[in-house]
Amino acid sequence: MANIISDETIEYIGILAKLELSEEEKERAKKDMSEMLAYMDQLNELDTDGVEPMSHIFPVSNVFREDVVTNTDGSKDTLFNAPEKKDGGFLVPKTIGS
Amino acid sequence: MSKIYETVIGLEVHVELATKTKIFCSCSTAFGGAPNTHTCPVCTGMPGSLPVLNRQVVEYAMAVGIATNCKITRYCKFDRKNYFYPDNPQNYQISQLYLPICRDGGIEIETAAGKKTVGIHEIHMEEDAGKLVHDEWEDVSIVDYNRSGVPLIEIVSEPDMRSAEEVIAYLEKLRLIIQYLGASDCKLNEGSMRADVNLSVREAGAAYFGTRTEMKNLNSFKAIARAIEGERARQIELLEEGKQVIQETRRWDDNKETSHAMRSKEDAKDYRYFPEPDLVPVVISDEWIAQVRSRQPEMREEKMARYQTQYGLPAYDAGILTGDKTFADLFEAATEICGKPKKVSNWIMVETIRLLKENGMDPDQIQFSPENLAKIVRLADEGTVTNTVAKEVFELVFLKDIDPEAYIKEHGLSTVSDEGALRAAVEQVIRENPQSVEDYRNGKEKAIGFLVGQTMKAMKGKANPGMVNQLLRELL
Repeated sequence: MANIISDETIEYIGILAKLELSEEEKERAKKDMSEMLAYMDQLNELDTDGVEPMSHIFPVSNVFREDVVTNTDGSKDTLFNAPEKKDGGFLVPKTIGS
Repeated sequence: MSKIYETVIGLEVHVELATKTKIFCSCSTAFGGAPNTHTCPVCTGMPGSLPVLNRQVVEYAMAVGIATNCKITRYCKFDRKNYFYPDNPQNYQISQLYLPICRDGGIEIETAAGKKTVGIHEIHMEEDAGKLVHDEWEDVSIVDYNRSGVPLIEIVSEPDMRSAEEVIAYLEKLRLIIQYLGASDCKLNEGSMRADVNLSVREAGAAYFGTRTEMKNLNSFKAIARAIEGERARQIELLEEGKQVIQETRRWDDNKETSHAMRSKEDAKDYRYFPEPDLVPVVISDEWIAQVRSRQPEMREEKMARYQTQYGLPAYDAGILTGDKTFADLFEAATEICGKPKKVSNWIMVETIRLLKENGMDPDQIQFSPENLAKIVRLADEGTVTNTVAKEVFELVFLKDIDPEAYIKEHGLSTVSDEGALRAAVEQVIRENPQSVEDYRNGKEKAIGFLVGQTMKAMKGKANPGMVNQLLRELL
């Protein structure tokens, strides 16, 4: 089964991932991604009828924390690697919307 | 000939839960801390950090689900919603897409048009994002992650509402339920309750749905009502001109009373959800549901009934007092202290509500203690002070939560029942108002009221009104 990644698809994935790829990088990514899809096709050959989808390999559930504050002021560590800061916050280019 | 249109509205309501800590880490959720002081590697998305779910978040979500007649999902999981934005340090939000904790509920609302049920499609748990403060002068924003990871539930209604009035009734009911549960304070102006409005129009009676838009940035009930009217008119105008409504997110500007598109369909969100690998599933047993159910506090309807049977309050009083959690709590605490339910109710319904209005405050901004309210009720009821003085002192209780008993003592405001002092005052009033005295003697019964008033005024409102009346009649 051929899994050709179109130019539009690679462009769109680039936008979603906020990546700017050169032509050469795009070609390489297209090749890698079609190989990944080929691998998925191989997995799809397995008959999974009646098998519950699984998101964890360990049969563990209900891991909780109690609602008690134990963390103290973390601002120093949080801001340690900030390229720019102002008034105790990260300084970023103006972003409007959301 | 213009057509008749029907508005179809569904709501997505985000509520910040009243937990002490964030949903996945032990950082404080307190509002108003210095920027980034309530942060750690988990809520700032540092590589290698691992989230651990706060049990209280699950219990609050279950409590809201039970109170809104939802089915609780026995096996629920979290999913990752991927997007890039500076308020989101992980580049994904942990949310629930496939197996939300509550589904298929509904609450009954009442408007002038009658009663109806608004369906609740689902309630899911998720984390809040950080806060961006945009600089007014420079092209920069400052990011504060204190809110990042604060627990939210998102309550998604069915498209069952048809007017702004129904939307407000639904939101008020929802807010009251959540406040009664203590699951959130639900303040729209502080963002602990946020509503996004999904709205479309269609020809009345049509079976199809029109194309809908989603409206954000609605910070008050008034803004929501205005935004609904504005968006309805905008969509109808488009259709009347033969144009299409575009499916998009719009931002309401309440100052300009218009909305504008935030994103076009070309950038429509592709969140690439997938199961959250860092969190294990939550399995909810019948026992756990029963436990949460048994801890549910008394809700409004039960409270209303109890106020009438236990305290003998009129239905009207019970309705007003239970219509706001702050009033209900204040009423019960003050009644517990002074044992005079109807009197307490009157002080809340008349003086407190009047002062709230005069000061432009909401009930949840009440500062005074039930102890001091109970004291005022007792002092006025026992006649230690006259009603006039009691009302004046209550204003100070309302504004500064002073101790009324100490204040009355300190300022000598107790009712004067000393006959000598009252007699002197009455005699002087009689001397100074010969016309009224004559009117009274000529049979004008009303004139005595004026003379009582003058005596009270001379005694600065502190005279015992019964005794003044008696003395006047005696001396005339």
